[in-house]
Amino acid sequence: MAISKEKILEDLKQKFSDNILDMTAQFGDDIIHIKKEALQDIVNFLKEDPYAFTMLLDLTCVDYQGEEERFEMVYHLFSLSLNLRLRFKARLKQNDCKIVSLTPIFKNANWLEREVYDMFGVHFEGHPYLRRLFMYDGFEGHPLRKDYPLRKQQPKIDLR
Amino acid sequence: MKHKKDGKVGFITTTFNSMLGWGRKFSLYQYPFITACCGMEYMSAACAHYDLDRFGMGWTRFTPRQADMLLVVGTISHKEAPVLRTVYDQMTEPKWVVAFGACAVSGGIYDNYAVVQGIDRIIPVDVYIPGCPPRPETIINALIKLQEKIQKEGHEWRFQKKKS
Repeated sequence: MAISKEKILEDLKQKFSDNILDMTAQFGDDIIHIKKEALQDIVNFLKEDPYAFTMLLDLTCVDYQGEEERFEMVYHLFSLSLNLRLRFKARLKQNDCKIVSLTPIFKNANWLEREVYDMFGVHFEGHPYLRRLFMYDGFEGHPLRKDYPLRKQQPKIDLR
Repeated sequence: MKHKKDGKVGFITTTFNSMLGWGRKFSLYQYPFITACCGMEYMSAACAHYDLDRFGMGWTRFTPRQADMLLVVGTISHKEAPVLRTVYDQMTEPKWVVAFGACAVSGGIYDNYAVVQGIDRIIPVDVYIPGCPPRPETIINALIKLQEKIQKEGHEWRFQKKKS
């Protein structure tokens, strides 16, 4: 029999009580705020049966400039067998914006993490090939950070 | 050009330049450099509903080396700028460039870190087509304007181009 959403949240609370900061819900999807150190353990735990969150739907980042924990990593997990989504959020400090890479667990995290590194400058520890995905070699800075100047351009060739 | 019809074997008097311009303007081979949604509008203009071939500018070439007219259709990012310049450099002279749609003309709504603010910052442009995306009528009008320009240019095309 399929496990209910409430049971999963209860299991998580019991097993990772020290690392779960808060649980909220928005538009029918549950959001779990966690400490960044526990990310790999939680994802590994949920990927196994009976939860089977085997699909990483998306992985992205939000910049809250001015706050002490400036960057918020967002992970969307999906369980095909339970037809259930879960969203994890982890805050990173500006002077220590590193988080463990999920590439060993989900292969599609490879390019998603490269995109976040390119746009926000978050480093992923254990990533096999952390290089810019969209911007070109020689581009300085990370354009989706709020302190990147709005109209600053870095042309690749001399303009006329 | 004056042409008298009286049934006899006639002759035409013209100047070399107007003859050359007439030949060039009705055999415009185009190379569409399509990068964005304006490409849909280009397709509807080039295909049977509006049919650019009626005006002698319908033949699409699949290499810039055989083309006379470069249609830059869509947003050009800074990452792509060297590619566009190489394509332009590969075209044999005489050559003309059309900036197709708001993004190619001025960067459009994308005033940010990624997008070139108008392709005239990379290559010289002859005709600008506004619109997001432009209607096929606008495209046809612009290309007819380009034909008028070609008619007037004559054989010293290269030297005129350098002056401007």
